[in-house]
Amino acid sequence: MSAGTARLWPWQLALLGVLLLGWHELTAREVLPSFFFGRPLLVWAVLRQWFTSGLIYPHLGVTLLETLLAFACGTLLGILAGMWLGLSPRVAALLEPYIKAANAMPRVVLAPIFAMWFGLGVGSKVALGITLVFFGVFFNVLQGIREVSPVVLANARLLGASPAQLLRHVYWPAATSWVFSSLHTSVGMAFVGAVVGEYLGSARGVGYLILQAEGVFDINAVIAGMVVLTVCALLLDALVTRVERRLLVWRPTPVSAAHADSR
Amino acid sequence: MIQPAPTGQSQVRDAVALRGVSVDFSTPQGVLEVVREVDLGVGAGEFLCIVGPTGCGKSTLLNLVAGLLVPSVGSVLIDETPVTGIHSAVGYLFQADALLPWRDALGNVAAGLVFRGVPRREAEAEALAWLARVGLAGAARRYPHQLSGGMKKRVALAQVLAVNPRILLMDEPFSALDVQTRAQMENELLRLWAQDRKSVIFITHDLEEAIALGDRVVVMSAGPASRPVGSHVIDLPRPREVEEIRMTPRFLELQRQIWEQLRHEVHAGLTRTGAWTE
Repeated sequence: MSAGTARLWPWQLALLGVLLLGWHELTAREVLPSFFFGRPLLVWAVLRQWFTSGLIYPHLGVTLLETLLAFACGTLLGILAGMWLGLSPRVAALLEPYIKAANAMPRVVLAPIFAMWFGLGVGSKVALGITLVFFGVFFNVLQGIREVSPVVLANARLLGASPAQLLRHVYWPAATSWVFSSLHTSVGMAFVGAVVGEYLGSARGVGYLILQAEGVFDINAVIAGMVVLTVCALLLDALVTRVERRLLVWRPTPVSAAHADSR
Repeated sequence: MIQPAPTGQSQVRDAVALRGVSVDFSTPQGVLEVVREVDLGVGAGEFLCIVGPTGCGKSTLLNLVAGLLVPSVGSVLIDETPVTGIHSAVGYLFQADALLPWRDALGNVAAGLVFRGVPRREAEAEALAWLARVGLAGAARRYPHQLSGGMKKRVALAQVLAVNPRILLMDEPFSALDVQTRAQMENELLRLWAQDRKSVIFITHDLEEAIALGDRVVVMSAGPASRPVGSHVIDLPRPREVEEIRMTPRFLELQRQIWEQLRHEVHAGLTRTGAWTE
């Protein structure tokens, strides 16, 4: 973080305080009906209850498990498909309209189908998450493979690289570097897949908690669920940033800039 | 004025030979003949420089020798054997950046050895020695984007030389460097070349560079359908210091002689492109 944003954080925190206070005041005076808008102190009470009673952990665990599985499987499938089509232009040309169609389709509507195929458990959520993660990774890898510099490739071949070595030492790093550049979106997508899946039909997970609360018009619990999800998303994002810095040291931007700052 | 190629050359076994080579490319405008009926030989241990106007297919010749390109007519021979693909005796220093961006300097120099089956530890020790030879031992752990243009060229040179090719192809390798760095690189190249005298084909558009480095300078005619039109033996003594040798009378004499011919081709090339745009 640069010096400018470092000095900003007390202000950012203050802004959060003002917003919370404003929310509190408006709902306490019933300017905003608390039935629809909830109350921050009650939300806090729900959160405390969830965490002290331990009620939240199994739900959070399931949601995170779904996220991670969807992310891992979606990324792996995306890399494999991207490399395959990147290296076989004919197949890519053949499949192009289908890929376009599949990408253009709002894939959330697949959730009910997956629920029928894989039941209401973890499987259907992972499947939905995979369809969301896959395309981002796939298109990035495809692009990465197509944009491998022909000079770098010729150089590697002249240095004696066999086709297998080209795959491992040139295409693979080129493809994965593009994966990492879409890592933030992929993790976010996996998370969306898990929560939306739970929301549409499940017996566990944070999405399920929200759905339950909504069913009994408990707005405070709904908001508490949203807070848990947001914090989780931020933590995952921070984790991704760390991994990215570790793995992409060879890239000129923006990682080296971040490095220069951390010195 | 124009000295014919020394007749002794054809009797000695050439390390590289192009015999009646033509290359056609099909373009949307029709078939383009890049080079036509090229006969060219490079002796073992000879430093051959090729100069010519822009677009005369100089790089095409190197790609033929490297096995990246197949001639439409004629044959390319290395040690009297036709080239059928990439040859392990050939090293190629590209004009553009060709380092693997995701490997540090050491990893890049070691790459060729690793590809050829040398165990990683051994390859890295060898690579470190090569980095030291090009004056970059301290930059072993830096990635290409953290190196200057001159340093990248040194790493690329070390990368090529590490696999110990007998034939070294160089395609305007120093054209993107500033004048001082370039002279330094040229001297370094001559010093490294003198140690084991590889056969070198060095492409450049800079006649001074060609004379300062080469044993022989070949002038290509303006493209398309380009071919060698002159071969000049450079009888300057070695070892050479490129900045100093440029000021010697013999150098200037050779330069005047070759320029006489090159100027004609450059002019032809310019009128041709001019006519084309009209």
